[in-house]
Amino acid sequence: MENVKVTIDNQTVEVPKGTTIYKAAKQIGIDIPVLCYMELEDIGIENKPGGCRVCSVEVEGRHNLAPACATEVFDGMAVKTHTMRVINARRTIVEFLLSDHPKDCLTCKKSGNCELQDLAIKLGIREIPGQEYAEMSTYKTDYSPSIVRELDKCIMCRRCESMCNDFQTVGALNAINRGFDAAVAPAFEMDLQYSPCTYCGQCVAVCPTGALTEVDHSRDLIDAISDPNTTVVAQTAPAVRAALGEEFGMEPGTLVTGKMVSALRELGFDYVFDTDFAADLTIMEEGHELLDRLNRHLQGDSDVKLPMLTSCCPAWVRFIEHHFPDMKDIPSSARSPQQMFGSIAKTYFADQIETPREKMVVVSVMPCLAKKYESQREEFAEDGNPDVDFSVTTRELAHLIKEANLDLKNLSDDDFDRPMGESTGAGVIFGTTGGVIEAATRTAYELQTGQQLNDQIVFEQLRGFEGIRKANVDFNGTPINIGIAHGLGNARKLLEQIKRGESDFHAIEIMACPGGCIGGGGQPLHHNDTKILKARQQAIYQEDQNKPIRKSHENPQIQKLYKDFLGEPLGQKAHELLHTKYFDLSRKIEIS
Amino acid sequence: MSSIKVKIKQQDLNKIREICQAHGNEPGELINVLQQTQEHFGYLPAEIQEAVANELGLPVAKVYGVVTFYSFFTMIPQGRYPISICTGTACYVRGADNVLQEFKRQLGIAVGETSEDGKFSLNCLRCVGACGLAPVVLVGDKTYGRVSPDGVKDIIAEYQDKE
Repeated sequence: MENVKVTIDNQTVEVPKGTTIYKAAKQIGIDIPVLCYMELEDIGIENKPGGCRVCSVEVEGRHNLAPACATEVFDGMAVKTHTMRVINARRTIVEFLLSDHPKDCLTCKKSGNCELQDLAIKLGIREIPGQEYAEMSTYKTDYSPSIVRELDKCIMCRRCESMCNDFQTVGALNAINRGFDAAVAPAFEMDLQYSPCTYCGQCVAVCPTGALTEVDHSRDLIDAISDPNTTVVAQTAPAVRAALGEEFGMEPGTLVTGKMVSALRELGFDYVFDTDFAADLTIMEEGHELLDRLNRHLQGDSDVKLPMLTSCCPAWVRFIEHHFPDMKDIPSSARSPQQMFGSIAKTYFADQIETPREKMVVVSVMPCLAKKYESQREEFAEDGNPDVDFSVTTRELAHLIKEANLDLKNLSDDDFDRPMGESTGAGVIFGTTGGVIEAATRTAYELQTGQQLNDQIVFEQLRGFEGIRKANVDFNGTPINIGIAHGLGNARKLLEQIKRGESDFHAIEIMACPGGCIGGGGQPLHHNDTKILKARQQAIYQEDQNKPIRKSHENPQIQKLYKDFLGEPLGQKAHELLHTKYFDLSRKIEIS
Repeated sequence: MSSIKVKIKQQDLNKIREICQAHGNEPGELINVLQQTQEHFGYLPAEIQEAVANELGLPVAKVYGVVTFYSFFTMIPQGRYPISICTGTACYVRGADNVLQEFKRQLGIAVGETSEDGKFSLNCLRCVGACGLAPVVLVGDKTYGRVSPDGVKDIIAEYQDKE
């Protein structure tokens, strides 16, 4: 690759031809401010519309300013990133952006975590000349089950559009209208719930302003805890413990499992349980289902559907229901850990503590926005009483902990309550891409071959960060082909292969978010730094390693649950409480 | 929970398929397809956009995004006599805005709207290349040059009694 020399603020740097000014500057430690620009390294996502012009710099010999994010360097180029002309231009640009932006920073959900606000602070903006000429847009706020859209706060960076279309291939969001009315919205400005949105929340994860945020259930949670007549039960997803600490200034990748349990107790939850317990339960059901399908296939049953796809991720489930409805019988019928937890909590555990389900509130703490929607799906309720009453994100929990004036860093390390707080390393790794299928492999291998895994408990070939991964695991003479995809665009590729009859996978794990749940739409904002996701992934594997038991079927509380209550995996009771079916939610053109 | 159904007439779907196929069902041909589709139907209602999206394999949000970005495309049926006022630079400095205001006043509609009887619709466009005739007004294919607010009444009258 040909290199070119470029001088930026009097420092010379040699970079490959085709590098942008922004990236060349970054190499020598000059951080040019950006707003619309976004790059998620190692995930292959770059949003580079060159639209906001906040990254404007002066290039010697060029009479207008150049957008650093979209301008390639050339040999001998001389760039100045902080001349008075540049500073003035940046200020004017941000003033214009603010001119038709709501001024409700004090109460905005993104306050303190807003890239536009950060820029306004950085540039010292104290007044907004010209705002009397700006036309405020008048879009109504759209409340879906997971995501809130306040388009008046949209600055048209179009990052959400890149995530929704390029990374997820969902196609729910697109730029609409122009001028002051320009915004990103579904077709015909319909509410998100009628669009093909999967609620993956990746739009929320990258939105630099308060235009896209999560539906906030913190107040419902406070009400539930305040009510002396309800028993409030918490379940925490594996990925939460690997990210919550970031909200309290801890290094990315710091595990805060015990402190999180303390915080939940301090907040007043009656029982603090672990979704990892339900992840182990999921493996029992999904693992047995895989073996059942596999053995029928090996015996020559041509009706059996393979590959089996995992079904833990509600955004992925909604994706297949919207985009591949003719393939809705391929995913495992096993409910997600969140929902398995809810149905067991409100039956098995409710019986144990002699509490009617109406008096029990099950709250899940999730790295996810789609979990909010999933908990509201009507099939996951009994007589209108949902198995999981509501789901809060890692961010919402962090806010509550701060609101309660708890110092997470200095809380003691507590352990989860029993029985539904007992979990294995297999349950923990659900939080990262490849983890569900690794957990399933640990159990399926032992059940199928009758041999103990002992030292080879870790399947390195299933780990990693590439969007699509393939692995072959030898089940004692039977080779099992395993596929892994994170990101719905990658999932789409595998689905299309299956559709064309070109897939030789037996099982495929799919997660909607980059890195799996660790990169979920409800996690602390990564502000486009994928190193944070990788640190969280390492934390998850660390937690697995720390666990005395690392195989789901060896969880003593799971064994007890089957013995005392459920009977056999895939049995009638398990089927009733732990399995589900999928629906065709696609848009269909019909002749009138 | 069930699928979302979009109803369309068979003949309309056939026409859309014909247009899309003429463009090789290429997603990159979206603008050309929409242009021809609007030429045929007169406007681009939601179900037509849904069908175009379906034929080209594009998200309907994308199609809607293009339709709302270009002022040429409309989701409202145009009047039988669509009136377009040029608000390009030359026409604008020679008083196009006053002409536009007069049309709005006399027809009782805003830009982008169609009169209740379906006769007139009002739109602005940017430069028809007849700057020497500024300000320019188009009614259908017919061009009127050097239009003044006083002349608006006569232009409308020309079509008022036509069907």
